[in-house]
Amino acid sequence: MAEKMQLNEVEVWDGNYAAAQALRQAQVDVVAAYPITPSTPIVETYGAFVANGYIDGEYVMVESEHGAMSTCVGAAAAGGRVATATSSQGYMLMVEVLYQASGMRLPIVLNVVNRALASPLNVRGDHGDMYLGRDSGWVQLDAFNAQEAYDLNLCAFKIGEDINVRLPVMVHQDGFVTSHTAQNIHPLSDDEAYAFVGDYKPVEEMLDFSKPVTYGAQTEEDWHYEHKAKQHRALMDSYTVIDRVFDEFEKKTGRKYKRLETYMMEDAEVAILALGSTVETSILAAKQLREEEGIKAGVVAPRCIRPFPFEELRESLAGLKCVAALDRSCPMGAMGALYNETCGALATIPADQRPMVTNFIYGLGGRDFSVEEAKRIFREQKANADVGYITTPVQQFSGLRGPKLGFYEMKRS
Amino acid sequence: MALQSIKNLKEFSTANERFEGAHLLCPGCAHSMIVRELMNATDDNLVIASATGCLEVCTAVYPYTSWDTSWIHIGFENAASAASGAEAMYKARKRKGTLKDPDAPVKFVAFGGDGATYDIGFQWLSGAVERGHDFTYICLDNENYANTGGQRSSSTPIGAHTSTAQAGRVSYGKKQKKKDMVAIMAAHGAPYVAQLAPNKWKIMAKGFQKALETEGPCFINTVSACTTEWKFNPKDTIHITDLATDTLMFPIYEIINGTELNILYRPKNVIPVEEYLAAQGRYKHLFKPENRHVIDRIQKEINEKWEYLQRREEAKV
Ligand SMILES: Cc1ncc(C[n+]2csc(CCOP(=O)(O)OP(=O)(O)O)c2C)c(N)n1
Ligand code: SF4
Repeated sequence: MAEKMQLNEVEVWDGNYAAAQALRQAQVDVVAAYPITPSTPIVETYGAFVANGYIDGEYVMVESEHGAMSTCVGAAAAGGRVATATSSQGYMLMVEVLYQASGMRLPIVLNVVNRALASPLNVRGDHGDMYLGRDSGWVQLDAFNAQEAYDLNLCAFKIGEDINVRLPVMVHQDGFVTSHTAQNIHPLSDDEAYAFVGDYKPVEEMLDFSKPVTYGAQTEEDWHYEHKAKQHRALMDSYTVIDRVFDEFEKKTGRKYKRLETYMMEDAEVAILALGSTVETSILAAKQLREEEGIKAGVVAPRCIRPFPFEELRESLAGLKCVAALDRSCPMGAMGALYNETCGALATIPADQRPMVTNFIYGLGGRDFSVEEAKRIFREQKANADVGYITTPVQQFSGLRGPKLGFYEMKRS
Repeated sequence: MALQSIKNLKEFSTANERFEGAHLLCPGCAHSMIVRELMNATDDNLVIASATGCLEVCTAVYPYTSWDTSWIHIGFENAASAASGAEAMYKARKRKGTLKDPDAPVKFVAFGGDGATYDIGFQWLSGAVERGHDFTYICLDNENYANTGGQRSSSTPIGAHTSTAQAGRVSYGKKQKKKDMVAIMAAHGAPYVAQLAPNKWKIMAKGFQKALETEGPCFINTVSACTTEWKFNPKDTIHITDLATDTLMFPIYEIINGTELNILYRPKNVIPVEEYLAAQGRYKHLFKPENRHVIDRIQKEINEKWEYLQRREEAKV
């Protein structure tokens, strides 16, 4: 039996430590992992928990991230709780297996501590890696701070393992900004946390020999299409379970999560749409602008990247004048991912209620994103709103030294 | 007891059927013989991981499966990792008491072709063996990527024609020697490593049993004659395999704890390798006068390897 840990009502943890604590409290059976900055401390901390008897499961330090996720898949198919963590190049190396894990409907939890992708080599946080696994069939949650990294990990097990979901779940957090910055955390006690997550209930387990199972069979045009469509449906439908788990979590902790988080949006005229730690920066900027300049600024932030909160986004943005979609990754030859998703959602509402949307690329490779910059973006939206059309490039690289870059200059006749 | 007694072939081959027929492997494919010999060698519950390749694509085509046991396929390179993961989960759940039948004997096995084993999956296999998971990895060594149409692998012998190491007017086929995977696995310190062949079914079944009963990671390279890519008549699989073992192209031996080497089969009459080569279309071009040197080289290397194995056995190292 694993020894319990006495935690204070308030602890000072960073995002990585918070995630590791959640894995410990969920009493994961197998963690198979490979280190990469900035997610490394998650598996190191977990290893220390194992070494000190706080975890009873198997801790398998494998030869690569591809091996880590492959080992996780084998372990999950054998009928137990499984988790790991990675970043950047490691996440890239895992991508093949991410699809296999979701295709086999295995509720593995993966902590992705977001970081830039090489080349050039860069260990700092951006969302270059986030979008690699975008279509891999995982539920994907996004933590804006360390408390949320802890909370969402507990929720992740409960969501993924629900019999109506049975899908792997990722929890994203921003490299260094969230993963390495200590803050006050309100943890649950070990007993409370475990009671919330619940015992693992094996489904189609390879270790039940009364009922042999075949995992990962092959299909061609005869069945593949149906499998993929059903997998998509399962992911789309998982939102009801996500909502329910968030409700239960709120009842337990008072901390409320929604698949789309909105701040000051009731009367907003302009909005920033963002992910990760940038959300808090943008909220601060919006508050200041409202007080200092009377700009009705609001912030919209997908908590759930997959399934994408399409309808909620449409509803929260309809009627607004201008929206800035902030992407912390370089889309390379296109508009940013969040921009595209947003425009897709907005295209379904009547033109007269549709806000103008511009795209800001920012913070690549760990470049700081300031409250001042968020304010500038809000002001620019406000100016566009006042004249009624986009006077600025539809894509800008915010905070970039040197020449202004962007995808398009808007041409108005 | 988990081990099947191995009396006669009829009895052995009609033992419990956990690898069902009606799969899509080519008639005459040795993969199925090897898999059945493994399954018939034990009564223990099996958790099997298969790498992408002929065995996998031909035996689990949804909504059918030939596997009347726990079976998983993830990808081409990671069967060893899948087996490691399942084995780790078994240990965790046994300790925590969450297994449905905690006393049921279980064995973890991974199958990979030579492509999956010698090439793309090498890193994952090496990692799993280094970590010491209790599983047996069986390489179905048909010396080519059969499933993608017969490309060369690092197990393809020198002189063979493959779809990517072609023999032609100025080429005699593959230029490089076969990788010695058995030695590499022995060097990992795996407690049991062997090279076996399905024609020597008793030796093979006993080798499988030894591997399954040995705690820790075991590796077995099995000769798997491929009628399609080696180009021989499907009825000749065992004949071709006899030639493989009796020319000593595939010596049958085991290495225990990386050191103790035992030869498990000594042909009464060693056959010249020419006969083995002549029986397969993939070596046809070697019989042109200008390629004679390749046959001579193959024979020379066989003699040297056999000499080496015998000396190691004698010296008990
Ligand atoms: C990552 C990856 N690369 C390539 C392939 C294509 N592929 C599938 S099976 C195979 C060859 C299999 O050869 P081998 O392992 O020798 O098994 P055999 O089919 O000969 O039994 C290849 C190249 C794949 N499935 N995955
Ligand atoms: S191609 Fe070769 S290995 Fe593949 S099924 Fe046919 S005989 Fe067997």
